[in-house]
Amino acid sequence: MVKQTTLTGIIVDENTELTLVQLSQACGQPAEWVLALVEEGIIEPVGRDRTHWRFRGKSLRRVLIVRRLESDLGVNLAGAALALELLEEVEQLRRKLEREPIKLPG
Amino acid sequence: MEYKDYYKIMGLERSATQDDIKRAYRKLARKYHPDVSKEPDAEAHFKAMGEAYEVLKDPEKRAAYDQLGANWKAGQEFRPPPDWDSGFEFSGGGFTGAGAGGFSDFFEELFGRGRGGGGFHHHSGFDSRGFNAHSQDHHAKVEIDLNDAYYGATRSIGLQSPELDSNGQLRLRQRTLNVKIPTGVKEGQQIRLAGQGAPGIGEGGKGDLYLEIRYKPHPIYTVEGRDLHMTLPVAPWEAALGAIVKTPTPVGPVELKVPADSNSGSKLRLKGRGIPGNPAGDIYVTLNIVVPNTTNEQIKSLYEELSRKAAFNPRAGMGT
Repeated sequence: MVKQTTLTGIIVDENTELTLVQLSQACGQPAEWVLALVEEGIIEPVGRDRTHWRFRGKSLRRVLIVRRLESDLGVNLAGAALALELLEEVEQLRRKLEREPIKLPG
Repeated sequence: MEYKDYYKIMGLERSATQDDIKRAYRKLARKYHPDVSKEPDAEAHFKAMGEAYEVLKDPEKRAAYDQLGANWKAGQEFRPPPDWDSGFEFSGGGFTGAGAGGFSDFFEELFGRGRGGGGFHHHSGFDSRGFNAHSQDHHAKVEIDLNDAYYGATRSIGLQSPELDSNGQLRLRQRTLNVKIPTGVKEGQQIRLAGQGAPGIGEGGKGDLYLEIRYKPHPIYTVEGRDLHMTLPVAPWEAALGAIVKTPTPVGPVELKVPADSNSGSKLRLKGRGIPGNPAGDIYVTLNIVVPNTTNEQIKSLYEELSRKAAFNPRAGMGT
């Protein structure tokens, strides 16, 4: 019943390129929805036209977060884009704080 | 099976209006959404309230739930009454909740799995078991140790995916995958396993499985991309005179040259000692001067001598 094969995956990183179809399949949304994210400036494709578009690996994470924010919190794309940017900024600040904790007197 | 108090979970009175319920849900969802929240157990909270909302937002389910009565206490052992379910029609709209794997036994006993007509419709929200019936691609999260990024690791990952059996009933299929985590993987990165998504519902066909990598917190290092950051304690004389000191790295201790006249907060870089990759990350070491205690008379007198001879005012820049 339980399969025990060891699989090796590929890291989706800056060097990974995803097509529009792959990206839309990965997030379970129609291509039109992904196109709306491009319009909103949430993800940026490389390539001259849609058939040649490629998305960097980090687009996948952004797309997944936007999809969850949209469906769970009922925000629209512009709101999700704003939340995403603020989340990334909070994340950076939080890391900075971990590295250089503010020492309060007393 | 334990009774669940859906009103209590959402912080509501039993008399709450449908509008109150929606407002409470929106507020809690923002607070506990796992992408947004840093609350401990955010994910568990989010799931619990998702389930509560699933019942309370739907007047039919809510009426059925209310019929159980107000005398149950959360956590109390629960059996549904024998005539449960008679006279209730759960129509339309149906099951749009956080996924069949996400709800409690309590919920499933009351409302069944995938009840609500033909349209089994997952919402594509946050679900750590991570499946989505719309797509053929599946998602899951994997937590690894920092060392795994250096040496690679094999993880056994339990997944559940919904499938229709021969009678057209929805079942959760359990499967276990052994996955090799490649070296050099970064926090938040996705690993793609081609063809390992469970078959989609309806359309069929196998999609890919995506694993999102999380690092377990490490007592020494914080991770940023492929770089590691750490604080290294040094003695005052090591900082003042310069010294070769031993510093840990995930692959074992190395010697680090602390330049003379270093200070607390001075940063040193161990090039290429971060998470492997092309290029490999670095380790940033922030020095922290630690003062030995002065219970020893001799050390105390040496400090006193230093104090006289150095005539040093560290607060000169503050005008004091």
